[in-house]
Amino acid sequence: MKFLRNTLDKIKPNFEKGGKLHFLHSTFDAIETFMFVPNHTTKRGAHIRDGIDLKRTMFTVVIALVPALLFGMWNVGELHYAAQNIDSTLIQNLLYGAMKVVPIIAVSYLTGLGIEFAFCQVNGHPVNEGFLVSGMLIPLIVPADIPLWMVIVATAFAVIIGKEVFGGTGMNILNPALTARVFLYIAYPVEMAGDIWVSGIKEGIVDASSGATYLGDLGVGKVVNVDVYNAFMGFMPGSIGETSTLMCLIGAVILIASGIGSWRIMLATVIGALGMGLILNAVGGNPYYDLPAYQHLIIGGFAFGAVFMATDPVSAAHTQRGKWIYGILIGVLTVLIRVFNPAYPEGIMFAILFMNVMAPLVDNYVVKANIKRRLNRVKA
Amino acid sequence: MSKVIKIKKGKDISLVGAAAKNTAPKTLSSSFAIKPTDFKNLVPKMVVKAGEEVKAGDVLFQDKANPAVKFTSPVSGEVAEVVRGERRAIQEVRILADSEIKYKSFSAPSTMTAESIKEILLESGLWAYVVQRPFGTIADPSATPKAIHVSCFDSAPLGVDYNHSLSGDADAFAKGLEALNSLTAGEVHVNVNAKSDNAAMFAQAKGVQVNSFSGSHPAGLVGVQIHHVDPINKGDVVWTLSPQHVVFIGRLLSTGTLDLTQKVAIAGSDVKTPQYVETIVGVNVEAITNENVSNNNARYISGNVLTGSNIGSTGYLGFFDHLVSIIPEGDEYEFMGWLFPSYPRPTISNSLPISKFLKKNFVANTNPHGEERAFVMTGEYEKVLPMDVMPVQLLKSILAQDLEAMENLGIYEVIEEDLALCEFVCTSKIEVQQILSGGLDLMAEEG
Repeated sequence: MKFLRNTLDKIKPNFEKGGKLHFLHSTFDAIETFMFVPNHTTKRGAHIRDGIDLKRTMFTVVIALVPALLFGMWNVGELHYAAQNIDSTLIQNLLYGAMKVVPIIAVSYLTGLGIEFAFCQVNGHPVNEGFLVSGMLIPLIVPADIPLWMVIVATAFAVIIGKEVFGGTGMNILNPALTARVFLYIAYPVEMAGDIWVSGIKEGIVDASSGATYLGDLGVGKVVNVDVYNAFMGFMPGSIGETSTLMCLIGAVILIASGIGSWRIMLATVIGALGMGLILNAVGGNPYYDLPAYQHLIIGGFAFGAVFMATDPVSAAHTQRGKWIYGILIGVLTVLIRVFNPAYPEGIMFAILFMNVMAPLVDNYVVKANIKRRLNRVKA
Repeated sequence: MSKVIKIKKGKDISLVGAAAKNTAPKTLSSSFAIKPTDFKNLVPKMVVKAGEEVKAGDVLFQDKANPAVKFTSPVSGEVAEVVRGERRAIQEVRILADSEIKYKSFSAPSTMTAESIKEILLESGLWAYVVQRPFGTIADPSATPKAIHVSCFDSAPLGVDYNHSLSGDADAFAKGLEALNSLTAGEVHVNVNAKSDNAAMFAQAKGVQVNSFSGSHPAGLVGVQIHHVDPINKGDVVWTLSPQHVVFIGRLLSTGTLDLTQKVAIAGSDVKTPQYVETIVGVNVEAITNENVSNNNARYISGNVLTGSNIGSTGYLGFFDHLVSIIPEGDEYEFMGWLFPSYPRPTISNSLPISKFLKKNFVANTNPHGEERAFVMTGEYEKVLPMDVMPVQLLKSILAQDLEAMENLGIYEVIEEDLALCEFVCTSKIEVQQILSGGLDLMAEEG
């Protein structure tokens, strides 16, 4: 530790104003503050501060994603081998999954962080930690066989158009990871739809019919018998990290227990989806209307979206009351989009992005209500 | 004492080194100072020059904008120095004290009317203790407040216990309250802590409305109390005083002299024997902390660790303060400290479970534990602000300099100290008090 500190202190002057490497100042600062919490002290205002900082906050979210990630890797392998009727061990599954997933993660982080660092450097800002989470979310919401260049293009689009043009972390309107996902969905519709959900289909190793998802089947009007156990556990095709409701629940527990994810949003989203599902059940008519409401929660990316995407504090509603409205509407819209617009089977992606855009409006009404209470006080 | 007002949000920060309830004998120092910087937006105009002799109660300087508001010497002696800072702004007026204090005598009014009380408070310099809401400035003597609030408990970290520090001043306190009663058409509110045994002087105060509050810090902040009893609307003026300063007023009215003797708590993890010290307003802290500090690299804060000012080991006690907090500086690197904190630290975040759920007092230092970042986490400030005010939206309206929004979002109801806990909990280490201060100044100027 001492040695590391001394080394850093020795090379630090190069990166300061007037130093040869000043243009890499933000990069050095990011690395230094990653290894050592700086020796700054408070100058103004409160003399003591809470132990939490943005690094720890973001890292906690990454930790919460780990169960979904590990399960996702295993599932990629398991589906791949199962589709070929090969009995595979846990290790084999994980290895195959890691082979597919680790490059995607690496590419997503390299692209995203590269762009972030460059922007910070140019603007002279310190590097914000936001991409630590986005960089992990993006790999978890793409199919395992996605070409790496697509990950690069989508990540670059998400970071530049979704975030940096608005002013960087904290200023973005849309969730960056979902921006990447929707970009893929719209820019490469052929590659991002149909029977792509089991690794190996494209190479022809695996039979295409094995990759059917519940959402895909429901979208074309098939009667579907959801295997509730498998759907909850995640033993089904889908994007890498989204299939297991159980793993998302573990993530939710970590986020809620640590106080970092908003339980209000998660709960509200579930309530919204259940409520809308029940209404459609009451109406009835086709297989999608009749899908039991609770099954909406365990198929597709609903759980993953509700736990990890809708709760992004920057793009969600900022007010406590607004979070309830925001969450409920995401749940309602998810089910509506799924049922009424079969062209887009994954409703939660569009529901969250739509509500990201609407969140400031929701907040605006909550704030207006507060102002009104204050004005009414005078009249009373 | 009928209903207890429950303050449900907030956070008590327990620190090592709370002052024990005993008082060291009176400590005399030769050096005192009154600091114009203790008052918001004050432009002082000197009345005395360096070298002149003054008695306790003689005017040192006036408010340039309102010369009726005077600032007087707490002790008798020689004006030693007028310390000036940037652009020759007066920072401190230092007085070399006599060993025996000579008092200027004031003639206490025979009947308490608003006019006579204002006159003697202005003449004696005690008027400067009357704080006005909105904005937290010195009260405008020409105004009539709709209420006067006195918070009789300090919920801030290492806060003083007025039951101890004002024991023996019951008569002066009662007399002071009587005087305050003549200043307002409305009520004088004495706000007490529902959870502690309040001295009779507070709980059974006569001629006033006693309100009792329970809950964590900031339940003891007068701004929070006003919000729950009778909130400030546009155009309202409310005055606030600390009970210590009510006692000063009472003493002046009964003795005719300006006796600013008070018990000051010396507290914090770097204090060897945390206790109360009897001394006088404006004392040099060196005299009252001498040999009682165990750390060479400590921060000396006049006031509490959330809102006080850094005065250094040789500075002077602030005009309004009865607490000196001494805590270690945090100017050390911490290897991977954001991931593996190397010592427990106060927090409201469950993501630091060891610190959060540890039932003990913390040794807190001045390291901010992270760098300033863009605003990301929502819902944090709301957890520690027990008011129907939306702190984030208010701060954003200040940054946008949107006066109408600031007014609508309740800027009249808060001053810096009310949002100090928001600053403490902020993940992004945003300087909340500084931003609010800018907003209050802008509003006071334009509004």
